[in-house]
Amino acid sequence: MTVLTRVLIVGATSAIAAATARRYAERGAQLFLVARDPARLDIVAADLTVRGATRVDTLAADLLDYDSHGALVAAALDACQTLDVVLIAHGVLPEQGAVEATPAAALEAMHVNLLSVMSIALTLRAPLLAQGSGTLAVISSVAGDRGRQSNYVYGAAKGGLDTFLQGLRNRLWAAGVNVVTIKPGFVATPMTRHLPATGLLWSQPEVIAAGIVRAVERRASVVYLPRYWALIMWVVRLIPEFIFKRLRL
Amino acid sequence: MAESHYLSWGRYPRFPQAGTELLWRSDPLPELPADAGQMLPYGAGRSYGDVCLNRGGTVLATRALRHFIEFDREAGTLRCEAGVTLEEIARLTLPAGWWLPVTPGTAFATVGGAVANDVHGKNHHRVGTFGCHVLRFELLRSDGSRRVCTAEQHAQLFAATIGGLGLTGLITWVEIKLRPVRGAWLDTETLKFGHADDLLKLSAGSESGHEYTVAWLDCAATGARLGRGLFTRANHADTAAAMPRRRAPGVPFTPPVSLVNRYSVRLFNAVWYARQRERRRARRVPMHAFFYPLDAIAHWNRIYGPRGMLQHQAVLPGADGPAALREMLKQISRAGTGSFLAVAKVFGAVKSPGMLSFPRPGVSLALDFPMSPDTLRLLGRLDALTLECGGAVYPAKDACMDPRLFRAGFPQWEEFATHVDPAFSSSFWRRVTGDGLD
Repeated sequence: MTVLTRVLIVGATSAIAAATARRYAERGAQLFLVARDPARLDIVAADLTVRGATRVDTLAADLLDYDSHGALVAAALDACQTLDVVLIAHGVLPEQGAVEATPAAALEAMHVNLLSVMSIALTLRAPLLAQGSGTLAVISSVAGDRGRQSNYVYGAAKGGLDTFLQGLRNRLWAAGVNVVTIKPGFVATPMTRHLPATGLLWSQPEVIAAGIVRAVERRASVVYLPRYWALIMWVVRLIPEFIFKRLRL
Repeated sequence: MAESHYLSWGRYPRFPQAGTELLWRSDPLPELPADAGQMLPYGAGRSYGDVCLNRGGTVLATRALRHFIEFDREAGTLRCEAGVTLEEIARLTLPAGWWLPVTPGTAFATVGGAVANDVHGKNHHRVGTFGCHVLRFELLRSDGSRRVCTAEQHAQLFAATIGGLGLTGLITWVEIKLRPVRGAWLDTETLKFGHADDLLKLSAGSESGHEYTVAWLDCAATGARLGRGLFTRANHADTAAAMPRRRAPGVPFTPPVSLVNRYSVRLFNAVWYARQRERRRARRVPMHAFFYPLDAIAHWNRIYGPRGMLQHQAVLPGADGPAALREMLKQISRAGTGSFLAVAKVFGAVKSPGMLSFPRPGVSLALDFPMSPDTLRLLGRLDALTLECGGAVYPAKDACMDPRLFRAGFPQWEEFATHVDPAFSSSFWRRVTGDGLD
């Protein structure tokens, strides 16, 4: 007999999240989806139902409304009882020129990519501790490993997120809850479509989704997806700063 | 030769093609800059010539519109977005006992493309085209309107859009009626025949007893052996066995010249014909091996080299059809270029709702050639033979037919033209309707 997996996905209409949700749906999981646009949520929910999800609930929410995070988590718990997997997947890739010209835009991006994620994760902390099981997977990025002139505002949020998740992993481990930091490389999604997405280093969201499901299953801590990014970022981190600052990356 | 992300499967014609990706069916059509030209939906790029291309305009890539909407496992109806591929449909529905009512030779086409080209399969003599199994679809027009079209509701747009080559607006979703099957296997029987005339007899004798019929012709053969080949007929097997997995090797890069030439064609055709020694061979095969042999080789179109390939599929109706088929085969063997694969199928009388639907009663011959000036001349002769016997050439496989042939083969084209969305166009459409400027 297969055990029902109950999955909460925040930012469920993003390409990577939707591809991950499909994998869980095909295994008959129960899903609770949160995203901003109700029409898109309906599209994703219907797709997951056809693909075999046992039950799909949706909640349209503005994730920058921090006061609503308590109700969001309560609604997910109400529908699912236990959260076996939580995937936090929302984010924006701000255009670097725009955030350099407008500091307010940089702060806005920090809200989306870091602060709202922290707020949701901290709201989930108590229920996860109480249930004493489950996995919290959060999509970070290789961009968090080192600040680069081309995307250091995005990178700062992801770097902060990495440190936050390290601590949260440490905090929840003893209670039986795993926290996994997902660090994708270049993924061809709507978020990155203004970039020239061709070349060997680009992956499809389906590949990342398969890696996320695997990382959750084996209770990993930090995963680079695809895995060769671990090697690339190891080299990038090794470059001494006096050289790195001269590079055009 | 400029690289482009958007190519047709024949990789000819080839030019820089602007495109934009559609992400959600709930979104309106994109607001394009004034110089972006007209729009054309682009699915999986599995049509061969220029029906999926729009030089000087913009293609709307639909592959992200790949959500399922509703699958009724009792009634066998499926509603899904236009960018879902037939392969994705089959993967969902086959374990539930439902199969595509009609399938072309590739499963990697999108359902939107299957409607827009009103594709046909090896069971045309029984069930007609893909369009015969479309219950309804939603059409998003450039005026912002969304219309759910059925045979009764917006009936004219329904008829124009089936086989409408993407010109009547964007199909956002499609609902089709599936066909029940027990398992994923077919009982096939392959009969060797010595001349093109035998093919028509075999076909006529097999239609009542077999759901699928198709023939492969050795187009390098001449004289008394003209049009010899292998005739295959099949029915769904009475077994619940599932689809076996198969590995998908691929052609990893485009060779500098076509690997398909007169020598390799002659050799391949002779070997293929000789491979079956007995006159009749019966085998039980998995569906994908029967329907999609070429899908097993990813990027097989690359073997034609950087110049690409040209397909040609004509239907030759009526009493003159067999004679025209023989004459075509003569022309091909005389030209010497040869067609790597020559596939013949006798179409039935089931009428498609589509105004520009290609299949009609008669014998159809599908060919592929490496692109070259010789090939273009040969296709000109094949087109002339088609025109002469009152036939038609399949738009989805065409890159060079003359406007006269198009208009003769699709007499409803002027009525169709009144349903074309004013903001939509394609390289094919401009070529066959007119100003010759594309």
